[in-house]
Amino acid sequence: MIQLKVNRVEQSFGGEPEMPLLWYLRDVLGLTGSKFGCGVGLCGACTVHVNGQAMRSCVTAMRDAAGKEVTTIEGLDKNGLHPVQRAWMEINVPQCGYCQVGQIMQAASLLNSKKKPTDQEIDEAMAGNICRCGTYQRIRAAIKAAAGETT
Amino acid sequence: MSQIENVSRRRFLTRGMVAAGALVLGVRYYRKLSPGAKLPHDTNADHAILHPSVYLGIDPDGKVWIVASRSEMGTTSRTTLPLVVADELDADWKRVKIEQALGDSRYGDQNTDGSHSIRSFYDAMREAGATARFMLIQAAAHQWSVPATECGTDLHVVVHRATNRRAGYGELAAAAARLPVPKREELKFKSKSAWRYIGKGQVSYDLEALVTGKAIYGMDARADGMVYASVEHPPVLGGKVKSYDDKEALKVAGVHQTVPIDPFQQAPAFQPLGGIAVIADNTWAAFQGRKKLSISWDNGPNETYNSDEYKNELRATSHNPCKVVRNIGDADAVFAKGGKVYEADYYVPLLAHASMEPMVALAEFKDGKATLWAPTQNPQAVQDTVAKELGIAKEDVICHVTLLGGGFGRKSKPDYVAEAAVLSKKMGRPVKVVWTREDDIKFDYYNAVASMYMKAALGANGKPTAWLQRAVFPPIPSIFDVNTVYGDPAHLQQGWTDIPYDLPNLRIENGPAKAHVRIGWLRSVANIYHAFAIQCFTDELAHAAGRDPLDYLLDLIGSPRTVDFKGVEYPNYGASMDAYPWETGRLRRVTEMVAEKSGWGKRKHGKGTGIGIAAHRSFLTYVATVVEVEVNDQGEVRIPRVDTVLDAGLVVNPEATRAQFEGAAVFGTSIVRSGEITATKGVIDQSNFQDYPVARIGEAPYQTNVYIVDSDAPPAGVGEPGVPPFVAAFCNAILAATGKRVRDLPITKLGLS
Repeated sequence: MIQLKVNRVEQSFGGEPEMPLLWYLRDVLGLTGSKFGCGVGLCGACTVHVNGQAMRSCVTAMRDAAGKEVTTIEGLDKNGLHPVQRAWMEINVPQCGYCQVGQIMQAASLLNSKKKPTDQEIDEAMAGNICRCGTYQRIRAAIKAAAGETT
Repeated sequence: MSQIENVSRRRFLTRGMVAAGALVLGVRYYRKLSPGAKLPHDTNADHAILHPSVYLGIDPDGKVWIVASRSEMGTTSRTTLPLVVADELDADWKRVKIEQALGDSRYGDQNTDGSHSIRSFYDAMREAGATARFMLIQAAAHQWSVPATECGTDLHVVVHRATNRRAGYGELAAAAARLPVPKREELKFKSKSAWRYIGKGQVSYDLEALVTGKAIYGMDARADGMVYASVEHPPVLGGKVKSYDDKEALKVAGVHQTVPIDPFQQAPAFQPLGGIAVIADNTWAAFQGRKKLSISWDNGPNETYNSDEYKNELRATSHNPCKVVRNIGDADAVFAKGGKVYEADYYVPLLAHASMEPMVALAEFKDGKATLWAPTQNPQAVQDTVAKELGIAKEDVICHVTLLGGGFGRKSKPDYVAEAAVLSKKMGRPVKVVWTREDDIKFDYYNAVASMYMKAALGANGKPTAWLQRAVFPPIPSIFDVNTVYGDPAHLQQGWTDIPYDLPNLRIENGPAKAHVRIGWLRSVANIYHAFAIQCFTDELAHAAGRDPLDYLLDLIGSPRTVDFKGVEYPNYGASMDAYPWETGRLRRVTEMVAEKSGWGKRKHGKGTGIGIAAHRSFLTYVATVVEVEVNDQGEVRIPRVDTVLDAGLVVNPEATRAQFEGAAVFGTSIVRSGEITATKGVIDQSNFQDYPVARIGEAPYQTNVYIVDSDAPPAGVGEPGVPPFVAAFCNAILAATGKRVRDLPITKLGLS
């Protein structure tokens, strides 16, 4: 049995330890906010926080999540909207929206480590998150807006 | 209803063709319901006490239900069309509830492609809103015993100003429902100055759901007792399973069984590709089981297809006389005289859509009916395709449309939905089919590979005295008839037969090309390769003539006039030439404006930097774009700035429109930087984002400035038209920055690094 916490709730998993965390979240727990985009850690749509760090859940095996604290978009903010989510709404970032959960999780992780990221730091931190609709300039603006809000 | 079905069918083939009759039927028809009885297709709007239109219902508490009949893939059609209803109703947007329509021909065309949701449904939405407002006013006038002409509306209320009486829409709804539905001629539409939402826009109705992970895409659909399926498709189009062994696959924990799916018959159309499905408890187990399958394939005739050789064939075809699709004067006579004659070959490879949400669908076949939940641009095609696959009536196919994680044209083709339906029928339980990214890249309906041959003779002032252009590409109708090799008017019109230049001698040709993969619509479609060739060749000629590219482009566009298409089959994207003439003055204007906005000729560009310009009309919208490029010593390309000006007629939602053009620049960036699908022995070489890269944040334009021309012309498209001029302007900017001319896309072949 693998024990882990998902969004502050204790869970145990008795299935295949090689199963990626993404499919456990989506198919077993029914937490569908984290998305499947590529399955090999190239697009970032599946990004969640594992012990506070942004991780690609599609290439994180359940055995490696054992004993960890996993946070998904559903648990990002206990009180409703996280500052990054509010900034995303203020700047009207999403188009189709499919990648945005991963973008938001990645951005929230960035702002945890850098309070006021520069353009270059944003581009580096967000380089693993693809948006096919092409909302990148709004993503950059929203991260800056959120950075203003969090200080 | 047969009239609508015919219209839908024709749309598959010609794209951009919509008969007004279907729309009128859609808006005028409403279902009388008996209390209590709820059919699977019913909406809350149908059951509201006042429901004068299929698109609209009002409850006694004042809640307004508006039906979104078009699919939402990020363009905000699900928000923007209801906004038009709400405006004409004078409704409070905060009291509007949007519900997504099922696939149902009573809504008219639902194929959300071709950038025409607003254009084709703007009038229908206004009519729906105005009809309800008319009835509410009548009801209030009766209650107050005053003439209806003395009554008007304010936000969600009818008012009689003379006596200062007001009544809310909810309290009037029951009385209004007893009145006859007015004829269109009786309706009074709001004046432009009274518009609340049109031209001002709104953010997406789903915005909060999108940022909280609560939005439901096809990937998120669930049904009790469902199983998951992953399908191993024939690696070559038209291939078949010879034999297979699933012993190892069945050993994978969570795998239930394997199920063969028949290959398509005749032409692929929207049928399943065939193959072996692995059924499992969860998605991952299905993927794992699939890897353990051992299948022997009969690849069929497309095994001979190699994209390198095919490219040479297309080019060779384009170097010989082809079918003439438009001619003015005698270009050959001018070329025969010699002088300054320029030739160039342009090439764009196959392109994949790569929407962030791979193909996915959930199906439940029960009691002779199929219920689908799918991210589809085309729910009525789902109905048609599934009905045919399962041998049931179209009415027994219920298609729920989820949000789409991107579409770009791929999700107009419901082959993946049909797969789920076929499997559910075979399994007798709900089945969710999930494509991997590899499936998505390898089994797409690709934008056509195209080779364009361009030739021009320049006169004394550097202006062309003769112009010849030949395009050769496998046509989209080949998915319906594999023997189709020539372009159809609906795609030749896309930036090819409608070259707007004022030329004394012009010949436009199209050559034959047989398809070996499925060809389909991708954001702006044939405009991509046509505009690339024409707008880059224009830039080449400007340089050859020693002219400024902007001045030269304006010179070729010529004086403001309406382009004459006498003798040319020009469908004009299904719109009438009276309402949407091809006006060179509008193309000139956006070009002049973008020059001004971008500071063309006024800004200094140092070593390794440069700007390029292009102008193009597609989907009835006029766009001009200037791209600024920076190339460093390592050959790395940056795009610091893009300026784009569009004239799309009336723009209902400017904010969403700006977003579409920002996104189009990024989409175009991917095409130019890295967009290339190739094939070896009929098998697609690419598989995921490592070998089919799309633009990432640092590769995309840093800043795209979008300017919308204020216009009272009827509304035109905004989802697609940003792509074609961006692609050409980007390539022209690369020349300006590096001296290297881009003729073969993508620029990985250019040797910059």
